[in-house]
Amino acid sequence: MSAILSAGTPAPDFTLHVTPDQTLSLSELRGRPVVLAFYPADWSPVCGDQVTLYNEVLPEFERYGARLVGISVDGMWCHRAFAESRKLRYPLLADFEPKGAVARRYGVYRETDGTSERALFVIDADGIIRWRYVSPVDVNPGADGILEALEALTAEATP
Amino acid sequence: MNLKTPVSNHDHTIGPADAPVTLVEYGDYECPYCGRAFPIVQDIRRRLSDRLRFVFRNFPLTRIHEHAEHAAEVAEAAAAQWKFWPMHDWLFRHQQTLDDDALLAGAREIGLDVERVRRELADGTHRARVRKDFSTGTRSGVNGTPTFYINGIRHDADYDTATLQAAIEQAGLAQATP
Repeated sequence: MSAILSAGTPAPDFTLHVTPDQTLSLSELRGRPVVLAFYPADWSPVCGDQVTLYNEVLPEFERYGARLVGISVDGMWCHRAFAESRKLRYPLLADFEPKGAVARRYGVYRETDGTSERALFVIDADGIIRWRYVSPVDVNPGADGILEALEALTAEATP
Repeated sequence: MNLKTPVSNHDHTIGPADAPVTLVEYGDYECPYCGRAFPIVQDIRRRLSDRLRFVFRNFPLTRIHEHAEHAAEVAEAAAAQWKFWPMHDWLFRHQQTLDDDALLAGAREIGLDVERVRRELADGTHRARVRKDFSTGTRSGVNGTPTFYINGIRHDADYDTATLQAAIEQAGLAQATP
């Protein structure tokens, strides 16, 4: 695995499917902070999983003007079923073909099991990575680190 | 990961304030994992008696559990009538049916002024309190339900009786050693 991209690095742009007929590019989200949440796989078998948690915390992210985007190596049909079942209100990107290409560019692909790390990136309005965190793959990182990073960005913007 | 909002007299607590260990749970009344944790916490509380203070904070996952928000608000409505814990216990014992009618039936069963509960539910009287609990949880690294904190430190291991009790007792020993 290549090294995980660090704070201060421009976030590599990408275009991935959100739904079978819709794609999203990171560059489209310029102008406001973006939370990019890599997670290993859809359908993890607990109800308080990371994806569900972020769905609940979304209003708190939005208070900082941030957009949340989930990303895993699952395909767009899988994402669609998963998003419907969890009633998600934010997009899940399919890093599916070529598999894990975006995860590799961010340095968070897991060769051993073909998924990605649980890695969080907070990207500022200019597209620069300002904070990142990799959680042990079996530990849901929660939302506190993201909120603190967004708070720091906001504090900077309004001296 | 640490609890960012210390336990205060705004919290629902059971057990002595000077107990060597405080166990905080962020939970959701409709979450089956919290339902499974309920008898475990009961059991540990019984075993440790006044060596443990237990605190419950609301963390309803409202998008996947359609009754979780109202269940939390009813528990808070019960607190306003000094019956938080009976309501709390009732909710976990009746997880499968938590629609509004069931919630009000539960409120009646434990002897609350049901009309007041109904009114407070309709007015969202306790919504802000539930949101506040939720928000303190996200800031403290709650990463699912239930999430436990033992003397302010997130408990990341399993929460079966033996594991949780051992972690609590260890925290108690650490407390006793100057």
